[in-house]
Amino acid sequence: MKRCLAALGAVTLLTLAGCATDQPVANPSGASSAPAGAGTGEQSAFFEQSAYDAELALLQATPTGPADRPWEQALDPAMVDTASFRKAGPHRICFSNAALNNPWRQVGFKTMQAEVAAQGDRIAEFVHVEAEGKDQKQIADINDLLGRDCDALIVSPNTTATLTPAVEAACRTGLPVIVFDRGVDTDCPVTFINPIGGYGFGHVGAEFVSQRMKPGGKLLALRILPGVDVLETRWSAAKVAFDKAGVDVVGVEFTDGDPAKTKKIVDDYLQRYGTIDGVWMDAGAVAVAAVEAFQDAGKPVPPINGEDQLDFLKVWKEAGLTAIAPTYPTYQWRTPIIAALRILDGAQVADPWKLPQPTVTQENLDRYLDPEMPPLHYAMCGCTDLPGYPQRWK
Amino acid sequence: MSTQTLRRQLRPAQWARPGGLAPILAILVVLLVLITARQPDFLSPPSLMSFLGRSAPIILLAAGQYFVIVCGEFDLSVGALVTAQVVVAARLIDSDPTRTWPVVLVLLVGGALVGLVNGLVTTRLGVPSFVTTLGMFLVLVGAVYLWSDGAPKGGLTEEFRQYGRRAVEDVPLLGRIPYAVVILVLVATVAVLLTRADFGRILIAVGDNPRTARLSGVRVWRTRTAAFVLSGLAAAIAAILIGGYSGVSFQAGAGLEFGAITAVVLGGVALGGGRGSVVGAMLGATTLELLFALMNFYGISGALRPAVQGVIILVAVAVAARRSTSR
Amino acid sequence: MTTRSLLPARRPVPGVFVALAITWAIGWLVVLVDGGHLVNQSTTVSLLHVAAGLGFVAVGQTLVILGGSLDLSVAYVVSLSTLVAAETMAGRDSALLPAIGLTLLVSAGIGLLNGLLVTAGRINAFIATLGVGLLLKGYLDNGYAGPAGTTSPALVQTLGYQRVGPVPLAFLLLLLVAGACWFALARTRFGHHLLAVGGDEEVARLSGVRTHRVRVTAHVLCSLCAGIAGVYLASRLGSGAPRVGSEGLYDLESIAAVVIGGTALAGGRGGVVGTIGGVLLLAAIDAVFNQLAVDAFAKQVVRGVIIIAAVAVYARGTLRKVAG
Repeated sequence: MKRCLAALGAVTLLTLAGCATDQPVANPSGASSAPAGAGTGEQSAFFEQSAYDAELALLQATPTGPADRPWEQALDPAMVDTASFRKAGPHRICFSNAALNNPWRQVGFKTMQAEVAAQGDRIAEFVHVEAEGKDQKQIADINDLLGRDCDALIVSPNTTATLTPAVEAACRTGLPVIVFDRGVDTDCPVTFINPIGGYGFGHVGAEFVSQRMKPGGKLLALRILPGVDVLETRWSAAKVAFDKAGVDVVGVEFTDGDPAKTKKIVDDYLQRYGTIDGVWMDAGAVAVAAVEAFQDAGKPVPPINGEDQLDFLKVWKEAGLTAIAPTYPTYQWRTPIIAALRILDGAQVADPWKLPQPTVTQENLDRYLDPEMPPLHYAMCGCTDLPGYPQRWK
Repeated sequence: MSTQTLRRQLRPAQWARPGGLAPILAILVVLLVLITARQPDFLSPPSLMSFLGRSAPIILLAAGQYFVIVCGEFDLSVGALVTAQVVVAARLIDSDPTRTWPVVLVLLVGGALVGLVNGLVTTRLGVPSFVTTLGMFLVLVGAVYLWSDGAPKGGLTEEFRQYGRRAVEDVPLLGRIPYAVVILVLVATVAVLLTRADFGRILIAVGDNPRTARLSGVRVWRTRTAAFVLSGLAAAIAAILIGGYSGVSFQAGAGLEFGAITAVVLGGVALGGGRGSVVGAMLGATTLELLFALMNFYGISGALRPAVQGVIILVAVAVAARRSTSR
Repeated sequence: MTTRSLLPARRPVPGVFVALAITWAIGWLVVLVDGGHLVNQSTTVSLLHVAAGLGFVAVGQTLVILGGSLDLSVAYVVSLSTLVAAETMAGRDSALLPAIGLTLLVSAGIGLLNGLLVTAGRINAFIATLGVGLLLKGYLDNGYAGPAGTTSPALVQTLGYQRVGPVPLAFLLLLLVAGACWFALARTRFGHHLLAVGGDEEVARLSGVRTHRVRVTAHVLCSLCAGIAGVYLASRLGSGAPRVGSEGLYDLESIAAVVIGGTALAGGRGGVVGTIGGVLLLAAIDAVFNQLAVDAFAKQVVRGVIIIAAVAVYARGTLRKVAG
């Protein structure tokens, strides 16, 4: 113990005589948030009223851009000038990816690769580095990419606050940086691309379920994991909707994305309360398992929300569920490639680039349900016009 | 050879944690009382059957893990093996009912093969099983992701899923008996018979003191390899039940290895080998699942659950350790 | 875990460095053919940073494993430490030293708990540290919805991003910590006792070693090292992160680095030098796969095979020694 402290002291001395640094100039701002309970009662530390209001307003906004290409559309765009990044092609585009560890990211990444292929000669090389869901590795990855002659850098951050310093360091090299999916706490990237976001997702599902379930009924909320920012925003928006509608939320449980665990939880809640009148989920991964739990118990499936994964859409149609599927569209993986090339052309791009976030409803269900695609494929991939469809996604 | 003579030559106290069934039964009863206090109909036949059915996979895995642990080894690869098997089954069956039985056979053979490799690498190459099976864990998860290109494909048929999901209906007294419970009873019987046979006694002797066992003419490496094969087989059956119960997913087996090992230790089996019974291991798994149901019935906040689970495991194992040393 | 014989307490510098050199050479060649360069400033800096994070944890893990124990709670100790450090600092340089002190104190406390459960509580280390890990996970899950706190700018500038040529300061700190541990193992009574306890606890006790005290000390040192890793990660990330340890798989990867480095999982044989080699080997594989942009899944298969193969090679050596 003494030794470790001594070692630490020695290093503190060493730091006084530094020679070179990769440290970004600005200190990460807004990185702090107070710890708060993640239980049913308290609002999540991630909840921001202004962002919530803005996202709900965007749900009503009309996008600009080609209607049949939602990945090129933008909601309320504010254009920024990119003439200073203009460069002759072909280009080397680099991508620091947070992870490939779930079907959503898999489908998205395949879509991105197909978009690269669709751009043909314009992209000489597409360099992809994956951080396996590790902040520490992604910070190192971004630093690594800075030494590899990239013409543009795309980042899909693993965590907002903790990746901010690394993205700032990348901006300072003069490289055009494009961030998508999760954001960072800095304005230095040329643009930040994402769909409307978690509040919109959580709100759409919660509003539907609370309107359709019987008044005064019991609702079970199934979440994947605590402490993941995009999922926290979904839950916090749902909580606002449930509080407003006076819904009796009898449980908020974490499933770890494990279908077996989900079925056990639903089973026990059914036994404990006799009936459950509504189910809200923060992601579609285990929606089918939740539906099956009701079916296996011989109970009617209550109003429920899922996501645009095909296994859920299929069960929805076959069992005639009262359901809705808000989406976090995977077509957003196409946009960063398109944005990078526009920036390297010196053309204007939207910043932030807010993509529309369609919802699958009873009315348009048939349009999205393609029985030929694999069960965990996401209907909102916007990939049907891309090279290699459908084989690449199968 | 007699196990009594071997038992006398105890190995260092480090891994030796003796135990009978008394502590685990006590914990089980306490949990059952707590649950029925909150949910009186939990012990009614339909509810109990459904609970046993959904718990069958982890109980089977605990039984498989028992064989490995009691002869002094670990199997950390079972969770990854279950995931791999479920994903492989979905892709091979590809929603074609005629392929159900051939694929079930492939899974069983595959499980046994993985166990065989674990066993041979451990015994013939001298790699500690913790490392062998940790490596196998990484290889299996990586390989199945690679093979399925990152997202499960195909689909499981109703014929395959019925074993984990459906039940024998209209049984007098009990109502319905899930197929999973039938399979559980069959496998548990085989497991108990195995431990009662010479093989079971040799396993314990090997775990108790491999050198002495070797000197008494036991082929230690064969015994241990057989234990790994049994664990692989148990994982294959568990995979069939889990795939049936909840469908195909990359999360199918996540964390099951730690669950199974914890269950075995709760059941009074000594890590390091030489002590414990397969019944204890299976009761340990039942206890863990009861704990999960208990937290559902009492509405313990989802985020706090790991902490509650951690405390209960620590207390239970510490109490069991105290009891056994005060004797 | 089973052969607990009294083999020589130390072995020559492990073959892991040979493996490291070979991996490096092959990787360099393959990357060159692929049209890239493995050895450049930014890749080297990145590699050493990844190695530093895992390195602190793995050095600590080496100590408990040498003593015949194991620590599966380190990943959560790392996460907790980033939060304690960043929240205490709250962006103020003035709070730097108290925050580091508090972080180390908290992590040492967890180590003490682990050690007492294993020794006085007589709970197997696997279960004891798994249980403590679950406890910490529950605390983190319940208390934190995401990153919290702000690391002091001075720490971010120094430990987080400062480097001497291509070598990050954090890596130098790792070498210092490893050096201190090497010294403790090779030159102090604690080190000899630890190896004796790991080799055969009964024999050690009979020869007058206070086995409980030695093992508790090892657990405290291990958690302290995880605490240092937490401080370092807080300096890299700029805030505390409740999931950084478990997402980083620091528990299993640290054990992997230790066994690749030639330390016997049963205890009693090995050392921190090999562990540093193991950490560098894992980081080098990362770097090569990064350069080639190969799927992480393939990398996982390679890692699994390397772990088994490395230990099989060591086991060969041991078997031959026993036979001879």
